Amino acid sequence: MDAELILIQLFSGVALGAILVITALGLSIIFGMLGVVNFAHGALFMIGAYAGLWVASLTGSFWWGLLVAPIMIGVFGMAIEWLLVRPLYGRSVDDPLLLTFGLSYVLVEAVRIVFGNDGIPFPTPSQLTGVANLGVGYFPIYRLFVIVVVAVVLLLLWLALEKTKFGLIVRAGSRDPTIMRVLGVNISKVWLLVFGVGVGLAALGGVLAGPMRTVNPEMGSLVLIEAFVVTVIGGLGSLLGSVVAGLLVGVAISMTALFAPEMGTIVMFALMALVLLVRPRGLFGKAA
Amino acid sequence: MERDMTVKSIPLAATSSGARKATDLAAALTNWRVLLSIAALCLLPWVLPSKALAVNVLVYGVLAMGYNLLFGYTGLLSFGHAAFFGAGAYVTGIAIGQFGVPWYGAVLLGVIGGGLLALAIGALSIRTRGIYFSMVTLALAQLVYHVALQASSWTGGENGLRGFTVAKIDIAGFSINFLDPVSKYYVLMVFAALALWFVSRILNSPFGAAIEAIRENETRARTCGYDVERTKLISFVLSGLICALAGTMSALHLAFVPLDVLHYQTSGMIVMMTLLGGASSFFGPFVGALAFLLMEDVFSLWTSHWQIIVGSIFILFVLFLPKGIWGTFLARVVR
Amino acid sequence: MNDAIRNLGQRKISRRAALAGLGAGASFLAMPWVARAADDTIRIGFPTPLTGPYAAEAKDQVKSAELAIKLVNDKGGIGGRKVELLVRDGKLNGGEAATRTLELIEKDKVHAVVGALSSAVQLAVNEVTRARGVIYISISQSDTINEKKDSSKYTFHEAMNPHMTTAAVARHAFKKGNKVAHLVADYAYGHEMLRGFKRAQAAIGAETVGELLHPIGAPDYSTLMPRLRAMKPDILCISNFGRDQANSIKQAVDFGMKQQMKIVVPVLLHNQRLAVGPEVFEGVVGGANYYWELESKLPSAKTFNDAFRAANGGAIPTDYGAYGFTGVSSLLLAMQAAGGTDTEKVVAALEGLKYDVAKGAQHYRKCDHQSVQSVLVLESKKKADMKGANDFFNIVENEAPSEDVLRSCKELGFPA
Repeated sequence: MDAELILIQLFSGVALGAILVITALGLSIIFGMLGVVNFAHGALFMIGAYAGLWVASLTGSFWWGLLVAPIMIGVFGMAIEWLLVRPLYGRSVDDPLLLTFGLSYVLVEAVRIVFGNDGIPFPTPSQLTGVANLGVGYFPIYRLFVIVVVAVVLLLLWLALEKTKFGLIVRAGSRDPTIMRVLGVNISKVWLLVFGVGVGLAALGGVLAGPMRTVNPEMGSLVLIEAFVVTVIGGLGSLLGSVVAGLLVGVAISMTALFAPEMGTIVMFALMALVLLVRPRGLFGKAA
Repeated sequence: MERDMTVKSIPLAATSSGARKATDLAAALTNWRVLLSIAALCLLPWVLPSKALAVNVLVYGVLAMGYNLLFGYTGLLSFGHAAFFGAGAYVTGIAIGQFGVPWYGAVLLGVIGGGLLALAIGALSIRTRGIYFSMVTLALAQLVYHVALQASSWTGGENGLRGFTVAKIDIAGFSINFLDPVSKYYVLMVFAALALWFVSRILNSPFGAAIEAIRENETRARTCGYDVERTKLISFVLSGLICALAGTMSALHLAFVPLDVLHYQTSGMIVMMTLLGGASSFFGPFVGALAFLLMEDVFSLWTSHWQIIVGSIFILFVLFLPKGIWGTFLARVVR
Repeated sequence: MNDAIRNLGQRKISRRAALAGLGAGASFLAMPWVARAADDTIRIGFPTPLTGPYAAEAKDQVKSAELAIKLVNDKGGIGGRKVELLVRDGKLNGGEAATRTLELIEKDKVHAVVGALSSAVQLAVNEVTRARGVIYISISQSDTINEKKDSSKYTFHEAMNPHMTTAAVARHAFKKGNKVAHLVADYAYGHEMLRGFKRAQAAIGAETVGELLHPIGAPDYSTLMPRLRAMKPDILCISNFGRDQANSIKQAVDFGMKQQMKIVVPVLLHNQRLAVGPEVFEGVVGGANYYWELESKLPSAKTFNDAFRAANGGAIPTDYGAYGFTGVSSLLLAMQAAGGTDTEKVVAALEGLKYDVAKGAQHYRKCDHQSVQSVLVLESKKKADMKGANDFFNIVENEAPSEDVLRSCKELGFPA
C-alpha cells in the first residue's frame, strides 16, 4: 500500500465527510434550537433532490435548481413546523420524533405517487463534469465543487449565528426559550425560521447528492441514519460537533475501504457506539 | 428535555390509584385483564381475514407488549428492539435447524438468547438519557443487524435463515399438526397467554410501581431511594425477554427468519404499533398490532401506496389521540 | 406444444380486459372477510414486491403474468376451467412474503404459486410452499435455490441463475490475458455472481487483479474508486443489483474509469438504465433474460411483445417483466398437459415440458428444476444511436440454451 493511495484515500474521506456534514447540519440545528428530532430529515433530503431536478428541468439550468429547491423545501419545512410540529411543543420530546417518523412514510409514498418508483437521471452539470488530477490521483470535479459549496454554507451559517442579531437571539433561545419570551422575543417565529433553515439544508444536501447518485424515493433512508450517526457522535445540537464528526466518519469509512471496504457501513455504527460509551453526550455535546 | 408528565399518564391498568378511581367496568377490566385478553385472543382467528394474519397479531402483539414495558411503563424510547425480536427468532431457528434441538428447547434458548443480548445492550445504553438513549439503542441494533448479515454461515445472511420447518408438535402423547393454521394459532396462543400473564404480574408487583415512578419523575424516584439504573436495566432485560419470545413465535410460524427482522424499520414498526394501540395501557399494544397489521393487510390489497394511509393515520394519532386506540377507549368509554 | 402457445398470442386482447385482469386482487377486495368459496377456478398465487425499490419491476411482472392468464382464458381456460391470478404485495420482505403465501395457500387455496423478486423473498416463499407440497415457480435470480438443500420436488426455477449469466457474459466480454477487477455487493447474490465470473475467467484465462466488496445498499462508492483504479484492470466487473448497480456505475463513470477500462455487469437492468440515462451506461456490457428487440429474429418474442403492447397501451415488456410471462406460461402449459391441477401430475408435466413462449426453447432440468434457456448479452447504446425511447441495448450475443452452462447436478448435491 503506497503513500499516494493513502493520501487520495484520505482526500476521498474528507470529500465524503463534506456530504455527511451537510446532511447532518440541518438535523443538528433543528435539534439544538427546538429540541426536535426530525425523523423526516432523510425524506426531505430526497424531496430536495426531486425539487432540484424539477426546477432544473423547468429552467434548463442546474444552478437554478441548486438555488431555488432548498428555499422551496425550506418553506415547505416551515409549513410542517407550523402545521404539525408546533402543536406538540410542551408535550413529550418523543412526540415530534414519532410524528416526523410517520411523516417520512407519507412523504416517500407521495413522491412515489407523483414521480413513480423508478429512479430518475440527474445529469451532472456540464461545467462540472470530468475528473481533475490532484497529483496523488484523479477526482471528479463535481465532488470538488460539493466540498466548496459545503465550505461556503458553513461559513455563511457561522457568520449568521455569530455576527448577526438574529444569530444572537437563536443562540440565546436554544439556551433558555422562557427568558427570551420574558424579554419580549417572539420565539415562535425564530423556531419557525430555524426549522425552515434546517429543512432547507437537508434539501440542499439532496440537490448536491443528486448528480452523484440516482434520484429515487428511497435515497433518503440511509441518509437519515448517516445524519443521525454524525450528529450523535458530534453531540446533538452542536454545529461544530456535526462538522468534526462528519469529517471523522468520512475518513473512518475511507480508511476502512483500504482493507475491508465491506465494513463501510458498520464502521459508522461502531464509531458511534464507541464514542457514546466514552462520552455519553457525544464529542461536543452540552451537559444536561 | 424533561419528560412532560401530563401526556403519558393513563396508569389506569396498572397503578392502584387509577384503579380506585375507575368505575366498576374499568375495575373489572383491570382485575380480569389477563383472562379477558386471552378470551379475546381465542376468538381472533375466526374474525380476521386469515389465520396467518391472526398468528402475526399474536407475534407482534407480544412484541409490542414487551416493548411497551420499557416504552410505556418505564418511559424509555428504544429504537433498537428489533435486535431482541431477531435474536429470539435466529436462536430458535439455528437451534432447530443446525443442532436438532426440539422445538420447546429452541423456544427456551431463543428467549434466553434474546435476554442475554438485552442485558448487553441495556447495560451499555441505559447510561445515556433521552434522545441519546434512542440513538444508542438504534446504533447497537444496527451493529447486530450487520453481524447477522456477515455471519451468513450461521444466519443465512441476506438470504435469510431457513431449513427448520416444524411440521408437528408432540405434547404429552398428542401429536399436533403444526402446518395446520388453526392448531398453529392455538399452540402459539399459549405462549402469548404466558406473556400476558407475565407482564401483568410484573405490573402488579412492587417492581411495576418502581418503573412507573421512574417514568413519572426520575429524580424523585432516585430521591425516594429507588436504584434507578438497576431498575431500568431489569426493565430493559424483561422487555427484551418478551420481545425475544415474540421472535421465537415468529420463527416457528413462518419457518423462516428474514434478515429484515433486525432492520431498524422493524424497530420503527414496533414503536408505531405500540403508540397506535396506546402506550402504558395493558392491552393497548395488542390492539395496536392488530390495527396496524389489519390496515396493512386491507390497504395493501387496495393500493400499492398503502404506506401513505398508514403514515397519515399515525400522524393523526400522534396529534390528536396520543393515548392510542385502547387508551382512548379506556379513557372515554369506560370511565 | 410450441405451436399451441404461439397461437395463443395471436388473438387480439382488449385493453379493458387486461385492466380487469390487473385488478385480480380487486375481485378479492369486494369481500375480504369471506373465505373463497370452493369452485373450479384454477387459482395461481403471485406474491411480488409492489412496494419498495423493485416496485416498477414488480408491476411489469404482474402485467406479464396477467397477460399469460388472459391468453389462456380467451381460449376457454384449462379443461374448461377459468384461471385466476391472485396478486399479493410481498413488500420485498421475506416475512411479509411468507405470510402472504401462507394466506394464499391456507385461505385462497391456490393451486400453485409463481413469483418473488429477490433471492431472500424467493427462499422464504419456497420454505412455505415446499413444506405444504405446493408447486412454486420462482422468477428471481439465485444460485442458492438450485442447491439440494433448498430444492424440492415442487420447486421450479424459471429465472436464470447467476452462474449461467456470468458464464455467458464472461465468454463474450473476457479475452485470454485480460486483467479483471471485481466490485461486489457483500451478500449471497453478489458472491454467487463473483464465483461465476471467476470460474469463467479460469476457463478463458483472464486474470483477477483484485476484488473489493461493498456493503449492500451503499449509496457512495467514491472511497473504493482509487483502489479499483490502482489495480489497473482492463475490465471492471460490477456484481450487484438494483439501485446499487445504478449508483456504482454512475460513480465509476464520474471517476473517469470508463476511459481506462470496460465496465461489465452480470445482469444489465432495464430499469436502472432508465434511471441513470444513456450517457452513463454507454458501452456497459451485461447479461439479460429478455430484451424486446429479440422480436426481429424470434417469432415467439414477436407474438409476446405484440400481445403485451396491445394489452398495455403500446408499452414493451421489460427483462424482469418477461419472467412473469414465461413463468406463468410454463405452469399453464403443464396444467394443460396434465389435464388439471393435480399437483403430482403437473410436476411430472413441468419436468417433461418443452416450451417456447417468448425467448426461444426452454425446459426444466430434471435434477434441480432449473429452466434451461437462452442467455442474452447486451451492450448499452450511445444516445445518438438510439432509434426510439425504448431502444436501450444492442444484442451482442444470444447464447443458445444448454445444460453445459449450469453447475452439474452432482455439484449441486443431487445424486448423479
